Amino acid sequence: RCGAGFGRFRCLVRGGAGQDVGRSCILVSIAGKNVMLDCGMHMGFNDDRRFPDFSYITQNGRLTDFLDCVIISHFHLDHCGALPYFSEMVGYDGPIYMTHPTQAICPILLEDYRKIAVDKKGEANFFTSQMIKDCMKKVVAVHLHQTVQVDDELEIKAYYAGHVLGAAMFQIKVGSESVVYTGDYNMTPDRHLGAAWIDKCRPNLLITESTYATTIRDSKRCRERDFLKKVHETVERGGKVLIPVFALGRAQELCILLETFWERMNLKVPIYFSTGLTEKANHYYKLFIPWTNQKIRKTFVQRNMFEFKHIKAFDRAFADNPGPMVVFATPGMLHAGQSLQIFRKWAGNEKNMVIMPGYCVQGTVGHKILSGQRKLEMEGRQVLEVKMQVEYMSFSAHADAKGIMQLVGQAEPESVLLVHGEAKKMEFLKQKIEQELRVSCYMPANGETVTLPTSPSIPVGISLGLLKREMAQGLLPEAKKPRLLHGTLIMKDSNFRLVSSEQALKELGLAEHQLRFTCRVHLHDTRKEQEMALRVYSHLKSVLKDHCVQHLPDGSVTVESILIQAAAPSEDPGTKVLLVSWTYQDEELGSFLTSLLKKGLPQAPS
Amino acid sequence: MAAHLKKRVYEEFTKVVQQQQEEIATKKLRLTKPSKSAALHIDLCKATSPADALQYLLQFARKPVEAESVEGVVRILLEHYYKLSPFEIFQANFPSLSLESHQVLAQLLDTLLAIGTKLPENQAIQMRLVDVACKHLTDTSHGVRNKCLQLLGNLGSLEKSVTKDAEGLAARDVQKIIGDYFSDQDPRVRTAAIKAMLQLHERGLKLHQTIYNQACKLLSDDYEQVRSAAVQLIWVVSQLYPESIVPIPSSNEEIRLVDDAFGKICHMVSDGSWVVRVQAAKLLGSMEQVSSHFLEQTLDKKLMSDLRRKRTAHERAKELYSSGEFSSGRKWGDDAPKEEVDTGAVNLIESGACGAFVHGLEDEMYEVRIAAVEALCMLAQSSPSFAEKCLDFLVDMFNDEIEEVRLQSIHTMRKISNNITLREDQLDTVLAVLEDSSRDIREALHELLCCTNVSTKEGIHLALVELLKNLTKYPTDRDSIWKCLKFLGSRHPTLVLPLVPELLSTHPFFDTAEPDMDDPAYIAVLVLIFNAAKTCPTMPALFSDHTFRHYAYLRDSLSHLVPALRLPGRKLVSSAVSPSIISQEDPSQQFLQQSLERVYSLQHLDPQGAQELLEFTIRDLQRLGELQSELAGVADFSATYLRCQLLLIKALQEKLWNVAAPLYLKQSDLASAAAKQIMEETYKMEFMYSGVENKQVVIIHHMRLQAKALQLIVTARTTRGLDPLFGMCEKFLQEVDFFQRYFIADLPHLQDSFVDKLLDLMPRLMTSKPAEVVKILQTMLRQSAFLHLPLPEQIHKASATIIEPAGESDNPLRFTSGLVVALDVDATLEHVQDPQNTVKVQVCRVLYPDGQAQMIHPKPADFRNPGPGRHRLITQVYLSHTAWTEACQVEVRLLLAYNSSARIPKCPWMEGGEVSPQVETNIEGTIPFSKPVKVYIMPKPARR
Repeated sequence: RCGAGFGRFRCLVRGGAGQDVGRSCILVSIAGKNVMLDCGMHMGFNDDRRFPDFSYITQNGRLTDFLDCVIISHFHLDHCGALPYFSEMVGYDGPIYMTHPTQAICPILLEDYRKIAVDKKGEANFFTSQMIKDCMKKVVAVHLHQTVQVDDELEIKAYYAGHVLGAAMFQIKVGSESVVYTGDYNMTPDRHLGAAWIDKCRPNLLITESTYATTIRDSKRCRERDFLKKVHETVERGGKVLIPVFALGRAQELCILLETFWERMNLKVPIYFSTGLTEKANHYYKLFIPWTNQKIRKTFVQRNMFEFKHIKAFDRAFADNPGPMVVFATPGMLHAGQSLQIFRKWAGNEKNMVIMPGYCVQGTVGHKILSGQRKLEMEGRQVLEVKMQVEYMSFSAHADAKGIMQLVGQAEPESVLLVHGEAKKMEFLKQKIEQELRVSCYMPANGETVTLPTSPSIPVGISLGLLKREMAQGLLPEAKKPRLLHGTLIMKDSNFRLVSSEQALKELGLAEHQLRFTCRVHLHDTRKEQEMALRVYSHLKSVLKDHCVQHLPDGSVTVESILIQAAAPSEDPGTKVLLVSWTYQDEELGSFLTSLLKKGLPQAPS
Repeated sequence: MAAHLKKRVYEEFTKVVQQQQEEIATKKLRLTKPSKSAALHIDLCKATSPADALQYLLQFARKPVEAESVEGVVRILLEHYYKLSPFEIFQANFPSLSLESHQVLAQLLDTLLAIGTKLPENQAIQMRLVDVACKHLTDTSHGVRNKCLQLLGNLGSLEKSVTKDAEGLAARDVQKIIGDYFSDQDPRVRTAAIKAMLQLHERGLKLHQTIYNQACKLLSDDYEQVRSAAVQLIWVVSQLYPESIVPIPSSNEEIRLVDDAFGKICHMVSDGSWVVRVQAAKLLGSMEQVSSHFLEQTLDKKLMSDLRRKRTAHERAKELYSSGEFSSGRKWGDDAPKEEVDTGAVNLIESGACGAFVHGLEDEMYEVRIAAVEALCMLAQSSPSFAEKCLDFLVDMFNDEIEEVRLQSIHTMRKISNNITLREDQLDTVLAVLEDSSRDIREALHELLCCTNVSTKEGIHLALVELLKNLTKYPTDRDSIWKCLKFLGSRHPTLVLPLVPELLSTHPFFDTAEPDMDDPAYIAVLVLIFNAAKTCPTMPALFSDHTFRHYAYLRDSLSHLVPALRLPGRKLVSSAVSPSIISQEDPSQQFLQQSLERVYSLQHLDPQGAQELLEFTIRDLQRLGELQSELAGVADFSATYLRCQLLLIKALQEKLWNVAAPLYLKQSDLASAAAKQIMEETYKMEFMYSGVENKQVVIIHHMRLQAKALQLIVTARTTRGLDPLFGMCEKFLQEVDFFQRYFIADLPHLQDSFVDKLLDLMPRLMTSKPAEVVKILQTMLRQSAFLHLPLPEQIHKASATIIEPAGESDNPLRFTSGLVVALDVDATLEHVQDPQNTVKVQVCRVLYPDGQAQMIHPKPADFRNPGPGRHRLITQVYLSHTAWTEACQVEVRLLLAYNSSARIPKCPWMEGGEVSPQVETNIEGTIPFSKPVKVYIMPKPARR
């Protein structure tokens, strides 16, 4: 039985691109093993609702006993944010699997998040730095395409997923049953990462994200070109460009994009990147070159692309420098921090430009300026007039509908389960998957459990003796053609063996019992028994040509091991009784004979 | 599922086996190559039966290899191979075919294959081999089955009729047999089966159409090598039966096979394995018969956002352009989706060709992207409408992250440029690439702009502005930009016309300041305008006075960029130039002919007269070559020949020929110098001109032979003693012999010539003493007739100009002595054949007392081929010197290396015998063919 567990807490806030705010947490029970996929948190809540409800998993009892392992697909907080809470505060001591880059970057993000929550917002009852460290000690890092044996039966394997550095899809396999969980993935390559890829592993179930279930995207090149052109033009005019970004993921892609463009076009205008979190992250990007795309992998021997030549660390004082410049600043929605400070300084000049590379939540400055507002009220009743140009340029790292279909086509699963998306959109994709790929598709709601029946194939060992005997009887076995053979199936200690019956008896220490069927056939005949037997003999001889029919001297007839005797019951001289007796092994022939004899003997040519 | 898993397990297991087998296979392959020749030879001689020999060979194969003895061994083995009749080998091997080892069996089949391919005529053997192959097809080892299929593919009979009458063997349908193995359980066997099928096709067997369906099934195979081969097979079938009709599954419609195959291959462009993707993308390009409807689908991708139809950026750009607005800059929601999409009608996985190129061009592997661009190029060349449509995508590829892809797409665009007109927004993107820091990209782009059609005057203006920007950023691009503007101007005269006042910044009322004539940007603008003015007679009216002056100046200094104009009111310029355009062709050609005919009469003149005639003919020809660039090649070529003749005559005219040897010593300088110079000139004639035919080669060699004879005579006169003469005579006679053998076909044309006479006397020469030979030669040289040089159709002199280093710089190139300094060399070569092998850079340190010269072979990658007959060499020369204190000049020049045996035609008797000993790369000498450039360099003493 393979049950895909509750798609708990799918994202409630969703839209735009590049930011996943939601809680991913899926529990899968496969052939008796329980695996938790991702342990995400919800950024939108500040109370208990931000973490998944782990008490749901086991009403009572320890999580460690119940779960065999936890798998984290990538380092975004909506996929790993609840990990310290889960392992340290709720209590889980089992293994946590993730890829090496995820293992490296995840604690930085968690620490950053903790700082904001505890230090800035002053929350209590939150996990501590020590908890993050302790939690990371439980992590087992895996390589791409490395098959990790969790225990004797459960094995997992990671595939490349694109999306962000270190994002992976996981195949979970027990015996012949398997599930693939995609996490978030991207089927088109971008400037720093390649495309997701999976082999034809034919899992029983594919759990895929469906963020862009109803979107088919245009080529990235146009958007990149537009972005570069805008930046280039503004800089040539002497304007300043502000690009508010989140620290990880898209920021690196944009950096690479601008860096290579600067290199190609031989530009000298400075590019700055606000320091802090990003610097640390960039350090890891430099280290995990095998996880990046073809171009970076091929050229890193000459130069590591993440060792930016043109991009320098930003200092607050630089914002007032004259002349053109490009600045990446956090956070991405212009709601606070450095990006907002710079924005306020530059907003008044129409030569300048701000490029929003992602979606902005309602109420933030970013959203306001994107929806065309030109006069902003800032704190202290100031009114800020926005003269600078405002551009929107979305770079998303999720697979679109076509990409999802492509992945499903690559993996060839028996069924698909959609998570991580909006119900209405998923409905459309579900319909398409069922129509075009003819694969059954499920889309469970939060807390819902889907149970899938599987037809697991059970390997059965066959004894050599039996096999040889069967081979000797018939022709050579032909590949891909079923063949019938007789034997005894022994199920012992959850392994199956097919042996000959004699051996089975011997092994089990049982005596062999003879089982004989006897049958009386009444025939209307006035002749003597001997004569009767002779007629039966000649009849059978003519009918069963390829069997050995014998007439014994005591007046009985044998067909192989079947014995036929004619007897005359005393009461009715007109009827004779044929006694037919056969062993269990000859059941087929015996029943054939009785039915034949019941039809009567042919009239003798008298 | 269970079966599949079992299969996987089984195959994983067998993979190990295969590796072992490969190792052994390579070992056995050495059977024909390696070591210890002598020992082997003895062994093989000892062998009494083929079986014995086989044993020796097998033993031998296990021994280690010695590099130096390889050649000898190969010879022995080959000899032995030829000695044994193939039947013997065949029979020797045949009994062992019942061996139980699969690996041995596979190897034996391999040998049989080799035997079979060696004996293409012997039908009987081929039949038997095919039989053997068929018998072993049911073997349990994949290796054996592989080899059997390979054998079938290589030897399977082409025509069935032949099979029937050959020895009464049952006719085998090889295709059917191979086709059955398309569904073998081992992927390697499946691959081998497809490859065998392809092999049959290559050998000219017409494949059945039924294979198509089988091959289509293999497209969804689990293994990439099977899929990759299947794609090839489908392509082959689609080329064989393009027009036959196949049904579309799950509907009752039918389409052409080539369209169906196109759709299927397009689908493979989004395969999981990049090898297959590359294969598929490459093959798409050569499917030209596909209908345009399908072709255009490949660029189609329906966009959608939240179930609403969205337009692509390309469509938006087009719309914006057609509505006449300028791009207003993107706002958020500018690309907001409009209409609702009918959920039922959306097809997420198209069976057909939809979006194949969109996917291919976005692929993560650059190999796939390059293949896709190439395919686009080929398809666009055959279909103008498709060219128009794929433009947007190609333009997008200009911004690819990998330079190779960018370069490829620019080249592609250039190739299809006669089918397309660039829209303004596309031009904008194209021009943005002009700022690229890579010189190759920029120059490719200039080439592209040379042959682009621009639709509006704004487009021209934009192009000019961007090119000027390029010029200020990269001043080294000057020549390339000027050339580009020349073509841009001459292609779009009407679009340039309205721009002229603005470009020249003339004003209706005020005189404006005269621009600086040395400003490259100003020259660029003028080049554009003057070339446009050539076909636009109204334009000169807009010029101001100084423009005319500048025209006259540029026409003189940059005549290759500025055409002759007919200017109103400027009689002087127009009258001087225009007649020369119209009626130049004929008289000069005539003149050339006449002056060459004049030389015919050479024979009848006295030596003095002949010398004079030759002298002024040479002068005429040289002047003609200078005046007429089209005839320069011919004129130079014939002038060189005549100069050789002149030198010969002069040398023979020496008064002191008959004076006794000791007195002659001083005079011999001139004769021997003449001989040497003739030799040099003949090498130049042979190797520096492209288009030289066999006829000319004979004459040139003949001239060289005469020079050699002269040399011999001179040495005979100046040296005392006979011993060295013997060797020289012999060598000379050998040369004559060679000449006769190489040019036996041309000898009848050489009547009355030196060689002709020489060959008559050959028997006598062979036996006579050196002194006598010299005497005969001397008389013959005097008597021999002048051979007329037939002119080739097309002849061009190879030339090279070093653009960089420019020479005149006063700033020395500094470097620390003992270390290396890199000198950038940039040169254009014209009419050089095979520059990769022949061109060298020579660095001569002339000013340094040691006079040391250094020769450098540029790498093949340093040569670029921007146009037919033209090459560009961009390379770095590394200079180094240890002891050197003053700044001094170093001379750089380009040399042409030649090998005198390269041009000699191979005689039929040469090919049959042993392999000719000469190696192709054997270089005998070099000819300098560019002006030397001096570079000022200064080594600094190394700091301790």
